[in-house]
Amino acid sequence: MSDMNQLHSNDPALAVPELASCEVQGMSRASFILRGALAVGAFYGLGSVSPFVGQALAQTGGGDVEVLNFALTLEYLESDFYNVKGKGIGLTGQAKAYAKLFGEQEADHVNALESVIKGMGSKPVAKPTFSFPATSQSSFLALASVLENTGVGAYNGAGPSLRSKEVLAAAGGIVQVEARHAAAIDLLIGKSPTPSGGFDVPLNKEQVLAKAGPLIKMS
Amino acid sequence: MSSPPNEDLAPQPVGIVERLVRDDVDRKRFLKMAGSAGATSFGAFVLAACGSSKKSSATTATTSSTTSSSSSSGASGDIAILNYALTLEYLETEFYEKVVAAKLFSGKVGSLVKDFAGQEQTHVEAIEGTVTKLGGTPASKPEGKFPITSATQVAELAYTVENLGAAAYLGQAAKIQSADVLAAALAIHSVEARHAATLGTLVKKSLTPDGAFAKPADMATVLAAVKPFLA
Repeated sequence: MSDMNQLHSNDPALAVPELASCEVQGMSRASFILRGALAVGAFYGLGSVSPFVGQALAQTGGGDVEVLNFALTLEYLESDFYNVKGKGIGLTGQAKAYAKLFGEQEADHVNALESVIKGMGSKPVAKPTFSFPATSQSSFLALASVLENTGVGAYNGAGPSLRSKEVLAAAGGIVQVEARHAAAIDLLIGKSPTPSGGFDVPLNKEQVLAKAGPLIKMS
Repeated sequence: MSSPPNEDLAPQPVGIVERLVRDDVDRKRFLKMAGSAGATSFGAFVLAACGSSKKSSATTATTSSTTSSSSSSGASGDIAILNYALTLEYLETEFYEKVVAAKLFSGKVGSLVKDFAGQEQTHVEAIEGTVTKLGGTPASKPEGKFPITSATQVAELAYTVENLGAAAYLGQAAKIQSADVLAAALAIHSVEARHAATLGTLVKKSLTPDGAFAKPADMATVLAAVKPFLA
């Protein structure tokens, strides 16, 4: 299914010699983070991924902590998107109301994930800086749809790899809310609230980073 | 709910189902509500749930350490969970079919309702297939009864039903042993959530009734809530 620890043969990172050599420098342990991030780097330039990779690799702990830190990065992104970008763009009407509600809920997810990670004896990954290309209410909502639907796929993809039942239950409580956000945004912009029909498609780390990675700012 | 540490009141959903069957009065009422045609099927569903009760409570106590080594008890537990989900999906499918047949909605809402009906039907088919693949027998279709009076009433009922469905899946997620079954359940769970939110916008009720963290519902709670919809 969604084994995030296995390299795919078509991994774009492997086709780029500079990135392959970077991978040998003692970074193999968190290879699943690296693999996805390097794949993004292959497309968007290594500079865009290095801070994120550095922070993610600084973490220790089991697979669950790595998954949680990845989820936390996505929640930081969503939270900033609604709470910072959303305020800057001058939203009105239903879009403004959704951004306020969803922004509060994403911030709650950030806090919850941070405390779960701390509770497992690990350090939450630091918040990266983000850059959102939205310039109007309609481009903001279009990006919101991408982010929320990507969030659903990310949690659904990671769920079966979680070892702790408690962490799985917490992640389930979050993904259900992400799915509700996604449906509401999609309805608002005239898209189907069920873009994948009866079964949401799980995403692996690589697929998530392809969507979210470009929004993580170069340092 | 601060229940005393009484064994009978322990919050074990499967245990409650088992008690319903053991208690003759409750059992008759339980089977009666399934109707003559549905009695066998609902009974089979209850038996499927009970079949796993000992093993599932044993695994619950030691979930973290036994996940990988409990494949046989895991399969029967997963089959019971799947048959429980299947029963709910049957009811949702029948409900939407009746709503579509009643022609209460047109235009965009009408087409959403048809989409949702079709998606619930695909859930039924997928779960039946999974149960069979795992060597189990899919629960038979119960006979439902749903009040269908007006568009508003139906939309509100659908909102309630979808929220319950989402909570039911969430309540089982951590009990599922097979990674594949879990992946399938998660894929359905978030679609039920999408349905619930869509209906929430329609009836002007909360998109996120539990706030930032959706709450799970256990089997006993869900079964009690669906009782009125069994013919």
